[in-house]
Amino acid sequence: MNIFVCVKQVPDTETKIVPSADGSFIETSSIKWIMNPYDEFAVEQALLVQAANAGSTVTVVRVGSTKDTEALRTAMAMGADDAFLVEALDNLDSYSIAKALKGAIEKSGKKPDLIFTGKQAIDDDCLQVPQILATMMDIPSVSVVVGYEGSTTDATVKREIEGGALEVYGVSLPALFSCNKGLNTPRYASLPGIMKAKKKPLTTLSLADAGVSDADRRVKYSNFQLPPEKPPGKKFDATDAAKMGAIVKEVVGLLRTEAKVI
Amino acid sequence: MAKILVFAELHGTHVKGVTLEILGKLAGHTVEVAAIGTIPGEATADLAKFGAAKIHSLKGSNLDHYSPEGYANALHGFIQTGNYDYVFAGATSLGKDLFPRLATKFDAGMVSEVTNFIMEGDKFSGTRPLFAGKCFAKVELLGPKPYFVTVRPNALGMNANPTAAAGVIGESAVDANAIRAMIKEIVKGTSEKLDLTEANIIVSGGRAMKEAANFKILEDMANVIGATVGASRAAVDSGFAPHAMQVGQTGKTVAPSLYIACGISGAIQHLAGMRTSKVIVAINSDPDAPIFTKADYGIVGDLFQIVPLLTQEFKNLLGK
Repeated sequence: MNIFVCVKQVPDTETKIVPSADGSFIETSSIKWIMNPYDEFAVEQALLVQAANAGSTVTVVRVGSTKDTEALRTAMAMGADDAFLVEALDNLDSYSIAKALKGAIEKSGKKPDLIFTGKQAIDDDCLQVPQILATMMDIPSVSVVVGYEGSTTDATVKREIEGGALEVYGVSLPALFSCNKGLNTPRYASLPGIMKAKKKPLTTLSLADAGVSDADRRVKYSNFQLPPEKPPGKKFDATDAAKMGAIVKEVVGLLRTEAKVI
Repeated sequence: MAKILVFAELHGTHVKGVTLEILGKLAGHTVEVAAIGTIPGEATADLAKFGAAKIHSLKGSNLDHYSPEGYANALHGFIQTGNYDYVFAGATSLGKDLFPRLATKFDAGMVSEVTNFIMEGDKFSGTRPLFAGKCFAKVELLGPKPYFVTVRPNALGMNANPTAAAGVIGESAVDANAIRAMIKEIVKGTSEKLDLTEANIIVSGGRAMKEAANFKILEDMANVIGATVGASRAAVDSGFAPHAMQVGQTGKTVAPSLYIACGISGAIQHLAGMRTSKVIVAINSDPDAPIFTKADYGIVGDLFQIVPLLTQEFKNLLGK
């Protein structure tokens, strides 16, 4: 089977985000980049399917800047066979990214049987690219997948919805699945894996190679700014058991009379 | 004037709150509403009260349950015929899944999960959080119409003085076409409560809860005040709670009117996911925990003593 995984490189979750001086994006110079956490479940699922179907290949595709190629190297160190990078700024909109991913998959010359992605990227949090890509490629897809069982022709997947409820889908392949935490336990890249990854093929494409131009932008972002700071709240010391009851009573009173939320 | 459609999501006999929030925000515009299936009387009354000029009930085979392709195909046809400029929906599980597919069928753009927006004449501009709320940006739509927008539940708030409209009900036949990802079964969640993303009150527990069984004291409080229980990443990673309950950058981003954080220190990725809550109460034994910098009311002390006292006090207040 030809298995593809789409990954994104995002700032580490502990990163403090600072808007750029002109407000057009964020300061990216001192960011530690990681593979989008949800994409790790996608890579793992691709490797599990590959292991169950001899002769399958796993190709990783990413659209983004070349500051480093952490996400692709990590995926190949985990076991993916080869990678495609479409060079672009990190502030593309979802439509352009999906179109570039489609372009790169086509350039690979392999017809996908399965595409795995993370359910959302934790930078722009749009939760759009997987569904756009599947619609552009005219293949079925299920998002927020937490369970996968499949053959070479179809798959049964579980999609998580509100309140932890699950929708179970039967899907004919080729298909795309966006993966959520809980689907599997991503493996760590081993040291030999990391060494091997350095020699695995990484093909770089331009946005134009992938068939994307400025005219494909559908969402314009501007005025990046920090959220307004809250004025300091009220803090009560309830470490003394004798005062605890009175403090709890006061806070509940404030929630009703001052905050008006109860 | 822009021709605006709001896609309504039903929950039993009611319309989901976020649908009414969107309608209330669009007061002053002529707005139509569409929902899949039969729309119950209570729901149509609310939709009219909040400004729906027309209410379209869309009917066709294979639409009893949500399926990505079925809903996208059905709405694609309906929106094309109606020639709408803007289509809005709530950023719910369904809205988030469906709208990118629908927009792409028109080669059109979509903005996800705005927390506020304005329509100046025919022009939309919105505000949305990025990096789980660590920063915000202005968003505008480009390219071919119709434009698609999803709105985060609880972010706009209910319009206290909505402008009512006629709410004329009509039925339209729609076609789900070929469905290649077919729903086979729905497995109910363990909780009948509102999802974290739609909850008005959230009680959340962190690593200091020590073990899964201790979440019982949070459940007890939640039952009294009608809250949904959440957890921090540390609590989920420690196995105290499932990932569906996780609040934060790699969990759910929430905006309830009251968020009660119990034994949560306040890692940056957690604060990002809950900082837009209107009122935050934090209980932590560490007076220097970062969560206190975001709390409107901070209580320094032992949560295992304070939480039951709070529950009792809420009971007294609410007469339960």
